Amino acid sequence: MTSKLARSFAAVMALLATGIAGANQYNLQPPQSIIAREIYDLHSLIMWIILAIFVVVFGAMTYSIIAHRKSAGHKAEQFHENTTVEIVWTVIPFIILIGMAYPATKTVVSMKDTSNPDITIKATGYQWKWGYDYLQEGVSFYSSLATPRDQIDGGNAEGRKNNPNYLLEVDNPVVVPVGKKVRIITTANDVIHSWWVPALGIKQDAIPGFVRDTWFKVDKAGTYRGQCAELCGKDHGFMPIVVEAVEPEKYAAWVKDQQAKMAKAAVADDPAKSWSLADLKARGEKVYAANCVACHQATGMGVPGAFPALSGSKIVIGPKTDQIAMVLNGKAGTAMQSFKHLNDVEIAAVSTYLRNNWNNNSGEAVTPADVKALRK
Amino acid sequence: MEAAHAHAPGHDDHAHHPSGIMRWIQTTNHKDIGTLYLWFSFTMFMVGGVLALMLRVELFQPGLQVWRPEFFNQLTTMHGLIMVFGAIMPAFVGFANWQIPLMIGAPDMAFARMNNWSFWLLPPAALLLVISFFVPGGATAAGWTIYAPLSTQMGPGMDLAIFALHIMGASSIMGSINIVTTILNMRAPGMTLMKMPLFVWTWLITAYLLIAVMPVLAGAITMILTDRHFGTNFFNAAGGGDPVMFQHIFWFFGHPEVYILILPAFGIVSQIIPTFARKPLFGYVSMVYATSSIAILSFIVWAHHMFTTGMPATAQLFFMYATMLIAVPTGVKVFNWIATMWKGSMTFETPMLFSIGFVFVFSMGGFTGLVLAITPVDIQLQDTYYVVAHFHYVLVAGSLFAIFAGAYYWLPKWTGHMYNEVLGKWHFWLSMVFFNITFFPMHFTGLAGMPRRVPDYALQFADFNMISTVGAFGFGLAQLVFLWAVLKCISGGEKAAAQAWEGAEGLEWTVPSPAPYHTFETPPAVK
Ligand code: HEC
Ligand code: HEM
Ligand SMILES: [Cu+2]
Ligand SMILES: [Cu+2]
Repeated sequence: MTSKLARSFAAVMALLATGIAGANQYNLQPPQSIIAREIYDLHSLIMWIILAIFVVVFGAMTYSIIAHRKSAGHKAEQFHENTTVEIVWTVIPFIILIGMAYPATKTVVSMKDTSNPDITIKATGYQWKWGYDYLQEGVSFYSSLATPRDQIDGGNAEGRKNNPNYLLEVDNPVVVPVGKKVRIITTANDVIHSWWVPALGIKQDAIPGFVRDTWFKVDKAGTYRGQCAELCGKDHGFMPIVVEAVEPEKYAAWVKDQQAKMAKAAVADDPAKSWSLADLKARGEKVYAANCVACHQATGMGVPGAFPALSGSKIVIGPKTDQIAMVLNGKAGTAMQSFKHLNDVEIAAVSTYLRNNWNNNSGEAVTPADVKALRK
Repeated sequence: MEAAHAHAPGHDDHAHHPSGIMRWIQTTNHKDIGTLYLWFSFTMFMVGGVLALMLRVELFQPGLQVWRPEFFNQLTTMHGLIMVFGAIMPAFVGFANWQIPLMIGAPDMAFARMNNWSFWLLPPAALLLVISFFVPGGATAAGWTIYAPLSTQMGPGMDLAIFALHIMGASSIMGSINIVTTILNMRAPGMTLMKMPLFVWTWLITAYLLIAVMPVLAGAITMILTDRHFGTNFFNAAGGGDPVMFQHIFWFFGHPEVYILILPAFGIVSQIIPTFARKPLFGYVSMVYATSSIAILSFIVWAHHMFTTGMPATAQLFFMYATMLIAVPTGVKVFNWIATMWKGSMTFETPMLFSIGFVFVFSMGGFTGLVLAITPVDIQLQDTYYVVAHFHYVLVAGSLFAIFAGAYYWLPKWTGHMYNEVLGKWHFWLSMVFFNITFFPMHFTGLAGMPRRVPDYALQFADFNMISTVGAFGFGLAQLVFLWAVLKCISGGEKAAAQAWEGAEGLEWTVPSPAPYHTFETPPAVK
C-alpha cells in the first residue's frame, strides 16, 4: 500500500515539477525582463509551497481513506474537537502567507515604479488594432493583425499549419531598444482593451478616457508576442501585440526611418493639394481597409443585426455633412466610435469611397475642407 | 413526531390542492417548490452545458471552423450567465427549500406564498435569456461580467439580459428573506443556533450575503441600462463617467457572489462526510466561525479581479493581503473535513465519493486562488485560461460536485427509494476523470499565455485545447448518467428507510421516506 502511495505521489510531484521547471508549454513564458523574472520566481516559490501543503494535507487524507475504512474493520472514534490542533492549523497557514506576501510586496512596488523612463510610448486600443505614439520621437503608427484572413477562416488551413506566428503577427511591430526603460502609457478609443506581453511581464488595461502606465526593460534582442487581454468585442482574439527589441543603434536608425516615412505621408496627405474624386477614392479604399472593414465588411454589407450595411445606407448617400459627422463623432452607445484621430484627408477619402462604391454612386467627392469645417 | 406521522403521504394534494399542472403552479409547499427549483436548475444546467459544448467545438482546433467570433462571444457570455444564475444558484435554493424546514423541524418556509413567487419568477427570466439569442444582433456578447462600455455597445440582447438579471435578483432576494426568517423564527424548541446543522448555518450566512449584494448588482445593471437608453454617463468617460467604476461595483457584488455559490456547498459536504465517516463533524464551532469570516472578508477583496486596471500600489497591496487572508478560514474548513474522516469508519457510497472528490478538487481551485491572489502573478494570469481553470475547479468540482453529493444523499428522503449505487459510482468516476481532462490542461495554456474569451488561438495551444474539448464531451455525457440515475430512483428501487444512511443524524432522518407532504406540524423536541 505505502509503496503504491509513494509512487502516486512521485507521479503527481513529477507532473507539478515539470510545470515548475519549465518546458515552455507548461509554465509561464521564459522571462525577458526584470519584472517578468521576479514574477516567474514568485510563481515557482508559491508552487513549491503549495506542493508541500498538498503532500501533507492530501497525504493525510489518502492515508485516512485507506486506513480508516469500515471495510478494513476500522471502528470510528468519536472525538470532534481539539483546541490546540485548531489553533495550530490556523496559525501555520498565516505564517506561510506572510512568507509569500513579503517578496510579492517588493515586486508590486517595483512594477509600479514608472519614473525616469528612457522612452515613453502611448498605446491606444481600438476595435480591433493598436495605435502607437512615441511621445518624444514623434513617431506614430497603427499595428494590426497580419495573419491572412484565409488562414483563419479555413480557406488556407495548410498555410495556418505552417505559420509559426499564427495570430501573433502584426504589420507594424513596436520597436524598442534593448536595456532601456520603456514606459507604456495605455488608453483606448472605444472599449477597454489590455496591453499584454507575457515574456516582458506586463499587462495593463487600456481604458477609454483614462490613461494608465506600466514599464519594462528588455534584456536581450528578440521578438516578443502578446495579445489583447480584455474582451473588447468581435475581434478581441485578433489584435495581437508584437514588440521587437533591437540594439540601441538599430533603434535610432528605425526612428529616423519612421520619421522620414511620416513626413512623406504628411506630404501625400496634404489637405491643400487638389484632390480628384479618383484620388480620394483610391486613398479611401486604403483607409477603409485599415479602419472600417472589421465591422462593415469588404462587401459593405456589414453584419446583420450588429453592424449596418454601408452599401445603400441612407446616411452614406444622404447629405455629406451627416455622413462626415457620423465618421468624425461616431454614435454614442454603439460600436460606431469617433474616428476623429484620422486626418482630414483620410476622412474625406473614406467618405468619398463610401459614397462611390458598391451600390452607392453619388458621383460626389467629399473634400478635406468639408471635413475641416465640421471638426469641433 | 406522532402528528407528522399521522398524515398519510399525499394527503393534502387531494384534499385542498389542485392536481396536475396547477398543483405545481399554485403550490406553496416547500417540498414541491424545492423540487421545482431542482428541476429548473437541472434544465438550465443542460442548456448551459450545450452552450459550453458549442464553445468547445470551435476550440477543438485552431482556426474558425464553426462559429463566427461575434456568435462565439454570445456563447461564452450566455454560458456563464446561465450556469451562475440559472443552474448553481437555483439548485442551492432547491436544497434550502427541501432541507431547511426538515432539518430545523419547521412545518414549511416562513412565507409560503412568497416562496411560490420566488420560484415562478425564474422561468420567465430564463425565457428572456434564451429569447435574446433571436433578437437582432443576438444575445449579449460582453461576457458574464458585462463590463462597460462594451455592454453599452450591445444590441437589444443586452437589455433582455438586464431584465432577466433583475428578475432573478428579485427572486434571490425574496428567497433569502424567506430563508433567514425561517431559520431565525421557526426552529424546533431546543434547537439553538449552535445546534443547527451546518447546512442550515451556511445557508443563513449565504442568505445574508445575497440580501447584501443582489441590490448592488441591480444598481450596476440599471446604470448600464440608463447609460444605454436614457443618456446618462455613469460609465462613459466622454460624458464624465468612469468605466472602471462599473468594475468596482460589479465585483463588490461579484466576489461575495462566488461565496454565495460555494458556502451552501460547504454546508452539504459538512453534512455528508460525518455520515459516512460515522463520526461527528470535527470542529463544528470553528466551521461556523470560518464560514462567517469568509463571508465578512468577501466584502473587502473585490478588487483582486481588477489588478490590471492600474490601481495605486497601496490598493493592490491591500487587496492582495485581504485575499490571501481568505485562504486561512478556507484552509480551516478543509482541515476540519479531513479531521472528520480521520479515525472514522468510512464507507464510500456515491454521496461520500462526491464529497471526497469535492474536498480534493476544490482544494486545487483554492491553491490556484492563492496563486492568483499574489498581485504580480495575477497580472500575468488575469484574463487567461488559468483563471478559467481556477473558477471551474471551484465551481464545477466545488459547487456542482457538492450539489451531486447532496442530491444522492437526500434522494432517498425525497423519493422514498434508494438510487442505484452502480449508476451513481459511474456518474462520479466519469465526472471526476473527464472534469480533470477538461480543465487541468487549462492551467498550462493559461500559464503559457492563452487569453480567455477568444474563439481562436495560436498553434502552441492546440494540443491542450483538443484534450479539453474531448474531456468536455465526456463530462457532458456523464451528466446523462445522473439524469438516468435520478429518473430511475424516482420511478422505483429499493425502499428507503426513514434513516436512509447508517451514520446519518438530524431531524430529516426522523420522518419517513419519502418525506410526507406535511412534516413537523407539531414541532419535534430537540434535546
Ligand atoms: C467597431 C465596429 C465599427 C467600426 C470599426 C466602424 N463602424 Fe461604422 N458603424 C458601426 C455601427 C455599430 C454602426 C451603427 C450605429 C447605429 O446604431 O446607428 C455604424 C454606422 C456607420 C455609419 C452609418 C450607417 C447607417 O446607415 O446608419 C457610417 C456611415 C459608418 N458607420 C461609417 C464607418 C466608417 C467610415 C468607418 C471606418 C473609418 C467605420 N464606420 C468603422 C460599427 C463600426
Ligand atoms: C482560497 C480561496 C480563493 C481565492 C484566494 C481566490 C482568488 C481569486 C482571484 C485573485 C481571482 C481573480 C483572477 C483574475 O481574474 O485575475 C479569482 C477569480 C475567480 N474566482 Fe476565486 N478565489 C478563491 C476561491 C473561489 C471560490 C470558492 C469561488 C467560487 C465558488 C471562486 C470563483 C471565482 C470566479 C468565478 C472567478 C473569475 C471571475 C471572472 O473573471 O469571470 N473563487 N479568484
Ligand atoms: Cu482589445
Ligand atoms: Cu474574487
